[in-house]
Amino acid sequence: MNRLFLRTIIARAYPRVLGFYRRPSWLFMEFAVPVIGTLAMVYVYRGLGAPERFLGFAVLGGAMLAFWQNVLWSMATQLYWDRDGGNLELYVIAPTSLVPVSLGMAFGAVFPTALRAAVVIAFGSIAFHVHYASGALLPAIGIFGLTLTCLYGMGMTLGSVFLFYGRDAWHLANAMQEPVYLLSGLYFPVRALGGFAALGAAVIPMTLGLDAMRQLLLPGSVQLLPLGVEAAILGIQLAAFAVCAQVGLTVMERLARRDGRLVSRAM
Amino acid sequence: MRAPASASAIRTVGLRRVYRLRGGEPVVALDGIDLDVRRGELFGVLGPNGAGKTTLIKILVTLLAPTEGTAQVDGLDVVRDFRALRPRIAMVSGGENSGYGMLSVREQLWMFSQFYGLPSRPVKARIDEYLHRLGLFEARDRAVSALSSGMRQKMNLIRGLITDPRVLFLDEPTVALDVGAARDVRVEVRRWMDENADRTVILTTHHMAEADELCDRIAIVNRGRIAALDTPAALKGAVESETTVDLDVGAGDDILATLRAVDGVVGATIRAGETAEQLTVILSGDAVLGRVITTIEAHGRDVLTLRKREATLEEAFVRLVGSGIDEADR
Repeated sequence: MNRLFLRTIIARAYPRVLGFYRRPSWLFMEFAVPVIGTLAMVYVYRGLGAPERFLGFAVLGGAMLAFWQNVLWSMATQLYWDRDGGNLELYVIAPTSLVPVSLGMAFGAVFPTALRAAVVIAFGSIAFHVHYASGALLPAIGIFGLTLTCLYGMGMTLGSVFLFYGRDAWHLANAMQEPVYLLSGLYFPVRALGGFAALGAAVIPMTLGLDAMRQLLLPGSVQLLPLGVEAAILGIQLAAFAVCAQVGLTVMERLARRDGRLVSRAM
Repeated sequence: MRAPASASAIRTVGLRRVYRLRGGEPVVALDGIDLDVRRGELFGVLGPNGAGKTTLIKILVTLLAPTEGTAQVDGLDVVRDFRALRPRIAMVSGGENSGYGMLSVREQLWMFSQFYGLPSRPVKARIDEYLHRLGLFEARDRAVSALSSGMRQKMNLIRGLITDPRVLFLDEPTVALDVGAARDVRVEVRRWMDENADRTVILTTHHMAEADELCDRIAIVNRGRIAALDTPAALKGAVESETTVDLDVGAGDDILATLRAVDGVVGATIRAGETAEQLTVILSGDAVLGRVITTIEAHGRDVLTLRKREATLEEAFVRLVGSGIDEADR
């Protein structure tokens, strides 16, 4: 990895990390709001007298929700906002490439989002005495890392796709939110959707990642696919999204140069 | 890639750009531009909106591919060698809102410098030096979102300068700035040029006086073509033999088209004043003035004041393009 690549990642991540701490209102939005959402699901399960591991389902789902929202709003739509702010054309005419710019966006977002997820897990686990299989912690962290990398690869790919949709990107992101919550089984075992529907939903890395983590940390959970298969599919998805993200950014830049739009606000 | 030694900072041959809009007719933005900008030159591009200035700049900074023709910047082809070219150029646009509002001025400048791979320590020293030069040092830790438009534009200029480009593109850099901020920007651009004889600046502007003051040569672009290319003095010289008259006229019917049709009127522009409309006419000779006044009065307008003066770059523009720059924009 050359120095320009590395410097670009650090520089693009910088405003992300800093912005989180410079705006205290974000603390409330990033920590309190997701905890409240997770609490609601926990109380539903409690009210129904569901087994204790279902509380763990809701807590893990609440933690992963932070990452999906981040991928959708801070990755997928970010190039679009960067174009409107005039940043995108400055990125393009700089000697760097859009790949480290996108990676910087991802790395910059992971840190505060991981904190948010940690708060949800810590609060949910302590407040409701959720117990996890502690022996499976390391493999679960491995699956978490794999899922996260897949998700941000997906976000980088969506970033290029959303640029093509222009102003509709916002609506597209909105439209994707609820169906993804449902299909990825954020708060329930995804197998409940039915085998075929759940397998279709597995195109979203969060679906398999959550199912795998639940299998590891909450023994007795209903599984969609065997753990090894889910990990392998996540690995394939990771490679596919990495290629798609790079191709998407290259194609976007080429189209921008050809058509005179996409990268610039107006000609 | 090493650029071939060349006296030209920019060379374009038959540069043409056509936009193909969905469901519409193709729009010809550039129609055969031939340019040769010398190294070390501060070169102005003047023209009304839609003349093709921004398209030309976007091609030269590698944001846009030409439909036909070739363009070289610093000896490198903008299509074939765009990756090698990018470290050598920078672009600053007027009214730019780039960057992130929560960053401080220094942080923002540092961030953009990293996209050029510059080592942090020396670049931070260079940022401070430019902040001092442009009177922004006291505001170095202020959030970008809290800057005035003048301060923000100075910061944008510093962004363009700290990477030490060989060719700097300034697209309307003083648009919407107050007189003082615009002057500071002009002074810094000139000083930056004077520090190194190899540095080249391409400046697009609406301000005739700015182009006159700064530019070594100017290309007047209209409808995608170069209408004239020369030094400001030579462009003004082209209208020196003609008579320029400013008239304040009372309100009344639209007279511009009629005036332009008067025999001996080379060009005419009108702009609204506080109490009257200000008319500027370029005449082939003093004798035409009588016919102009008769035409104005025939339209029910009073001539309130009349001043004869020396031609400026603005008159040269009117002579070449046929209308004033602001009027052409409308």
